[in-house]
Amino acid sequence: MEKRVVFKSPWLPYALVAPQLIITLVFFFWPASQAMYWSLLIQDAFAARTQFVWFDNFRDLFNDPRYLASFQITAVFSVLVTFIGLAVALLLAVFADRVVRGARVYKTLLIWPYAVAAAVAAVLWLFLLNPTLGVVTHLLRALGYDWNYLLNARQALILIVITAVWKQISYNFLFFLAGLQSVPKSLIEAAAIDGAGPARRFWTIIFPMLSPTTFFLLVVNIVYAFFDTFAIVDAATGGGPVQATAILVFKVYQDGVQALDLGGSAAQSVVLMAIVIALTVIQFRFVERKVQY
Amino acid sequence: MNSGNSKLVRAMIAASLLALATQAQAVTEIQWWHSMTGKLNDIVGEIATNFNASQKDYKVTAIYKGQYDESMTAAIAAYRAGNPPQIVQVFEVGTATMMAAKGAVKPVYQLMAEQKEPFDSKAFLGAVSSYYSDTSGHLISMPFNSSTQVLYINDDAFKKAGLDPANPPKTWPEVEQAAAKLKASGAACGFTTGWQSWVQLESFSAWHNVPFATQQNGFGGLNTKLEFNGPVQVKHIQNLADWAKKGEFTYKGRKDEPLAAFTSGECGMITTSSGSYANIKANAKFAWRVATLPYYADVKGAPQNTIIGGATLWVLNQKDKEMYKGIAKFFTYLSSPEVQEKWHADTGYVPITLAAYDLAKTKGLYTERPGFDIAIKELTNKPPTANSKGLRLGNFVQIRNIIDEELESVWSGQKNAKQALDAAVKRGNEQLERFEKANSN
Repeated sequence: MEKRVVFKSPWLPYALVAPQLIITLVFFFWPASQAMYWSLLIQDAFAARTQFVWFDNFRDLFNDPRYLASFQITAVFSVLVTFIGLAVALLLAVFADRVVRGARVYKTLLIWPYAVAAAVAAVLWLFLLNPTLGVVTHLLRALGYDWNYLLNARQALILIVITAVWKQISYNFLFFLAGLQSVPKSLIEAAAIDGAGPARRFWTIIFPMLSPTTFFLLVVNIVYAFFDTFAIVDAATGGGPVQATAILVFKVYQDGVQALDLGGSAAQSVVLMAIVIALTVIQFRFVERKVQY
Repeated sequence: MNSGNSKLVRAMIAASLLALATQAQAVTEIQWWHSMTGKLNDIVGEIATNFNASQKDYKVTAIYKGQYDESMTAAIAAYRAGNPPQIVQVFEVGTATMMAAKGAVKPVYQLMAEQKEPFDSKAFLGAVSSYYSDTSGHLISMPFNSSTQVLYINDDAFKKAGLDPANPPKTWPEVEQAAAKLKASGAACGFTTGWQSWVQLESFSAWHNVPFATQQNGFGGLNTKLEFNGPVQVKHIQNLADWAKKGEFTYKGRKDEPLAAFTSGECGMITTSSGSYANIKANAKFAWRVATLPYYADVKGAPQNTIIGGATLWVLNQKDKEMYKGIAKFFTYLSSPEVQEKWHADTGYVPITLAAYDLAKTKGLYTERPGFDIAIKELTNKPPTANSKGLRLGNFVQIRNIIDEELESVWSGQKNAKQALDAAVKRGNEQLERFEKANSN
């Protein structure tokens, strides 16, 4: 016997999914299709002259060795931001989960950085690390280490990774903490009685049970690193030195908003969109299989 | 007081209120989008308020719309949406984009002629008006805030190094000698520069009367090619690179960031905008002075004149032609010697008209503030040539980024000056071709 519920009304199911569909259409498909259309155009800033140029914008992009180099920078940046961001947040969440006294204050303080705008976060870190004014710079100099991200590519990358991670840790922390609190205490206690130490309990029970949260955060953090970090780069390094911190989304912003090359910028957005769609598909197909719900 | 009287009073009040209301309706609002922050924002608001108080028909509303690139993008977006502001302040880098926008912009010389407002391009400083004029010498936008490059020196650091601050270095070789002595006296940094592309290449080329780009630096047409990889520029950038290796020149950032290294006393000399005067005055805890931008004595024709930076006011095309009258009246007010002289004295930007310059002289501004007129003297040093009128390059924002990137590869020792400037020219030319493609029919 079939127990499926079937809608009798022909229009009710459509009406029920309509809000979701409309939101997706208006806020995703419409802008995305606009970007695709724009990527085939060359237009002056005031839209007085528009030419349809087929794939010229893409050809220009992929003929530019610097654009290709920007892929590598973006890959390194995204992996670092995602991995460090998740690892540190998990560590903090595990500690916070064990804290009994003052837990609320501690948790609240950890959530604060999420309320800081990206550009402001970059400026805060600049105050610490600026080669001329930075407090930490003077400490490092005193220790004999020459900190100057204006000319040192690796240091510039470290600076934007630190800032991007710092800003995202709060978000990750919240989810990890909620995940940890939903791990049944009985399981952990049983393992403890069986003689499993804290590390073993963590890796064999807690970490696998957190995997849905971890997977969700993995997807969110990669998207964050790809799309949401241009303000940090803009305020901290401007893409330099030379091109060391020019991640893909920063170039989209720079060419489109600052330099008004809308066609070229749209082409870059389309490439970026393709990458993120591909990454998300890969994550859902291959990583999600290891997730235990 | 009887009731008849009070009725009369009420009627009178009602009548005058009505009169006020109709008067308020008749006032045409003119929106002025700008990018001036802090104290400059207040001064811009004050100019608008004073203009509004001076007449009854128009009301100028000054609105801060973000940094230069942001307000320009906002104005273009508003234009594309069919609802442009009347006046927008655009930085010099955006000049070619604005100029290429046929039909979107109302040229200022046309506006003033149509509205029969007195207007003479020759009233403006040559180096200012030439930057914003078309090939036949007509001003397309209204000059507003202009600055140029000067050398600032730290008197105290000079004395400590055994140098005479009253006799600042005049040429680049003298700058190097002074920087070496500053280093020897224990200074962390001898010399640095703000706005490296603007100071060390753009204005440097004009100051030495060598071309930055073909077609009179882009004034002659869109089919322009960069040529700042000539021997004079290569020699200078290579010198800076060599001095960087010796620690005499220290790179401190692409834009205005290096200024902090001077005001904190770390660097004894800086070449940067004359508009930094107020900032240094407020923050430097040592004796300092302004000096003329250095040059190479062995380059023929140097020093020529420096070029400007800053912004002008652009009038966007209006559906309501009534607006133009008010905009023209506001521009006449804005360029009056009194307003300009006050703007100059309050901000440190150069006075854009010769009359304002004369007024500042008679008021004794330059005896009160020594060195405050060096910027104007540099700009008016000689009549501008094809190499020193200014720059009109499409996609200039990207070209500046490219120059910044390539110069950083010199300072970090990855490339020599020749390789970096050749690469910058090649990459910049691709941007110019792209702009030409987008802006020709």
